[in-house]
Amino acid sequence: MATIVQGTPEAVAEPVDYLNVSHTWKSWLFTTDHKRIAVLYLISITLMFVLGGAAAVAFRINLLSPEGVFSAETYNRLFSMHGIIMVFFFLVPSIPATLANFLIPIMIGAKDLAFPRINLLSWYIYVVGALFAIYAVVRGGVDTGWTFYAPFSSTYSNSYVLAAAFGVFIAGFSSILTGLNFIVTVHKMRAPGMTWSRLPLFVWSNYATGLIQVLGTPVLAITMLLLAFERIAHVGIFDPNIGGDPILFQHLFWFYSHPAVYIMILPGMGVISEIISCFSRKRVFGYNFVAFSSMAIAVLSFVVWGHHMFITGESMYSSIAFSILSFLVAVPSAIKVFNWTATMYKGSISFDTPMLYAFGFIGLFTIGGLTGLFLATLATDVATHGTYFVVAHFHYVMVGGMVMAYMGGLHFWWPKITGRMYSEAWSKFSALLVFVGFNLTFFPQFILGYLGMPRRYHNYPPEFQTLNVLSTAGASVLGLGYLLPIIYFLHSLKYGARAGNNPWGAAGLEWQIQSPPTTFNFDETPVVTEEAYNYGPVEEIVG
Amino acid sequence: MLASLAPILADLPPLWPTQASAQAGPIDDLYIFLTVVSAVMTILIFVAIIVFAYKYRRRAHPHATQIEGSTKLELAWSISPFLIMLIMFVWGAKLYYAAQNPPKDAMEVFVTGKQWMWKIQYPDGGREIDELHVPVGQPVKLTMASEDVIHSFSIPAFRIRHDVVPGHYDSVWFTPTKPGRYHLFCTEYCGNQHANMIGWVDVMEPKEYANWASGGGAQGTLAEQGEKLFQQFGCSTCHLLDQQGRCPILRGLYNKPVQLNDGRTVTADDAYIRESILDPNAKIVAGFEPNVMPQFKGQVTEENVIQLIAYIKSLSPSTPASQQGVQQRPVVIAPGATGAMPNVKSPATQEKQPR
Repeated sequence: MATIVQGTPEAVAEPVDYLNVSHTWKSWLFTTDHKRIAVLYLISITLMFVLGGAAAVAFRINLLSPEGVFSAETYNRLFSMHGIIMVFFFLVPSIPATLANFLIPIMIGAKDLAFPRINLLSWYIYVVGALFAIYAVVRGGVDTGWTFYAPFSSTYSNSYVLAAAFGVFIAGFSSILTGLNFIVTVHKMRAPGMTWSRLPLFVWSNYATGLIQVLGTPVLAITMLLLAFERIAHVGIFDPNIGGDPILFQHLFWFYSHPAVYIMILPGMGVISEIISCFSRKRVFGYNFVAFSSMAIAVLSFVVWGHHMFITGESMYSSIAFSILSFLVAVPSAIKVFNWTATMYKGSISFDTPMLYAFGFIGLFTIGGLTGLFLATLATDVATHGTYFVVAHFHYVMVGGMVMAYMGGLHFWWPKITGRMYSEAWSKFSALLVFVGFNLTFFPQFILGYLGMPRRYHNYPPEFQTLNVLSTAGASVLGLGYLLPIIYFLHSLKYGARAGNNPWGAAGLEWQIQSPPTTFNFDETPVVTEEAYNYGPVEEIVG
Repeated sequence: MLASLAPILADLPPLWPTQASAQAGPIDDLYIFLTVVSAVMTILIFVAIIVFAYKYRRRAHPHATQIEGSTKLELAWSISPFLIMLIMFVWGAKLYYAAQNPPKDAMEVFVTGKQWMWKIQYPDGGREIDELHVPVGQPVKLTMASEDVIHSFSIPAFRIRHDVVPGHYDSVWFTPTKPGRYHLFCTEYCGNQHANMIGWVDVMEPKEYANWASGGGAQGTLAEQGEKLFQQFGCSTCHLLDQQGRCPILRGLYNKPVQLNDGRTVTADDAYIRESILDPNAKIVAGFEPNVMPQFKGQVTEENVIQLIAYIKSLSPSTPASQQGVQQRPVVIAPGATGAMPNVKSPATQEKQPR
């Protein structure tokens, strides 16, 4: 499939690109090139992913037996570290800060983002936030879970809550700046002819994500700040013993954290649109509906937070309203899944590694989305809240969905980012490991959840052991599936075949330019004359 | 053949939780409906992907046919899933509504969550830790409070769960239908020993239950325990029983409207009485002065508050039947009833009180 350009005259005299233009530390740490910043982010979030993953491996080992291996303190710190790192330092920045940072300017025909220095600033802010989180871990960890529920976090926990919360607070600003940069860039930097209706769907989904980042993240910052005030000065915001209300914390926290799951999944949906289209050699079915559904998700995501509090004592009428709104937000997600499937209809489909991840995404996201309906339904939420059912559901969406899309996107654009191809056989093998390992890890947790096994238990009644052993077995396969790409990607940097400009024969401006691109992407500003995914003329219109 | 399979089947993990309450069946029906709809949708998507991937693989179909889209199809696959979701919504909301409204004849039990134990108090004064005894067929309403952080009271076999939030009373109810011993879990992470904040629910045949319960509390009924506290804390100096003291008369107060000095009228329910004990200045009864009664926040435990409320409740003989019913556990006289309450841990709990 890959058109490998090797030994041609251009390849002999190595062309200048954004990577080899300079090699000093300074040229990386003070770069304002969106592509280099994307690479800096890629390295940082991969390190955080390894850290968060190691915690997961450790607590899965603990759960092999009902009595566990670790003490309660250790276990509680492990799952808290896993959640905080994975959510705030991996999933939230993952696609926007790496792939979208690299690709959005190129996809719309621009030389860089609107604010290149703010882009670099956002990376530094991220690193400072991550260092606070790592400091909290090194000093002895934090035991509040990633949700920081008060009054446990504000009054009772004696772990390093402040450092972790401060890390999350700081990292939030990097997310806001990334979102802001994308919004302005998409509005102001599009090349001539790149109309809104010609934007790649990846740009649409990241634009919608940017809106949520800018509007939602300040609320997280406020929440963390109030938590710190409460913990330091006991001002009586969340602790009922001094006049506060613990439910207020949950309202504030979920007002950000529910939209945040769409910060995490929307960019992944954008990746899938690109991959499905390319490997079906076909324009995306119902472009307008897919683009519009991203915006609908962004708006609706702000009015569903109360579904996290159906059993917390919020008014019954609030619960009923949040339930119906939560069903409403499922509709645009369903629209996307149907359109991706329809895109394959009468396509010309090839099975390269990115496409395998896209198949995995559609399948697992479908299950993740449908099990979300169990939690939007009031009575079944009561029966499953706080159990492994919830854990399984959000891992199906966040790992089965989002991480699958991220991996698919990395495999799709790796030749553009590095100019090299990775091993096809190893990458397909590891995609298979990820799919099998993932299902083995998390499917048993749906059953465990309905049986009643609570989350965040370091030991458990013996009848739950078999399913937990299955889950841990799956986690080790999944871990291997994530480890292999790190190895063959690194290997490809030196030994990989030259990829050429357009190894997949894909449409899109990013494939028209050199791989890896030059610092300013385009020699002259491109003029766009066709819509996205122009894989040939429309021959037939259905319906 | 089948017999040889039996030990293997017995070793398999359970895949479905026991149904042990009247609530469990209807919730399982809804859960099964959701599972079937989800399975059908998942299979639909998987089959479509596999069929398309095979039929339109590049070797067999080298040239894609470009298709713009179809508004009709888009509308169809937006509206029809939403209609199915409306069924889920209404069905779920109906069951949820029912779960908010305990029947009038529910027996009341009081639960206090505290890192890391569940303290149970019965109207007759019996107390336990991490064990709840209930008779089969009897609706039970739990009134729950927390001494410290948020806990969540969950009995998977009953399909019930509710958070226990400090500063509030939360409640949940169920009707056990199957005798047995079932897990009781805390399902809101509450700190170090969260995983050990577990216990058992014993559902007993009414006769057996009457045997178990007939001992009553070691220190009198809940209301009697409350009366003792009422004297001990000096409440009786100002809250006189039959004539106006410095503070309002409490006889006949329970569940009655109370006129406040800011013009509002509130009902003297559990939550109001609890607040008035812990933070008397929060609501001042019309005609009375603030700052007369000391704050009891931090001075009494949630269990003490429950005892005091039970006492105040007992001062209202005209309390409607729904409230009367909760004064006593249903008494079924059984021959051979022993005087002792098997699982009572009351002397110990008294010593375990914090602060």
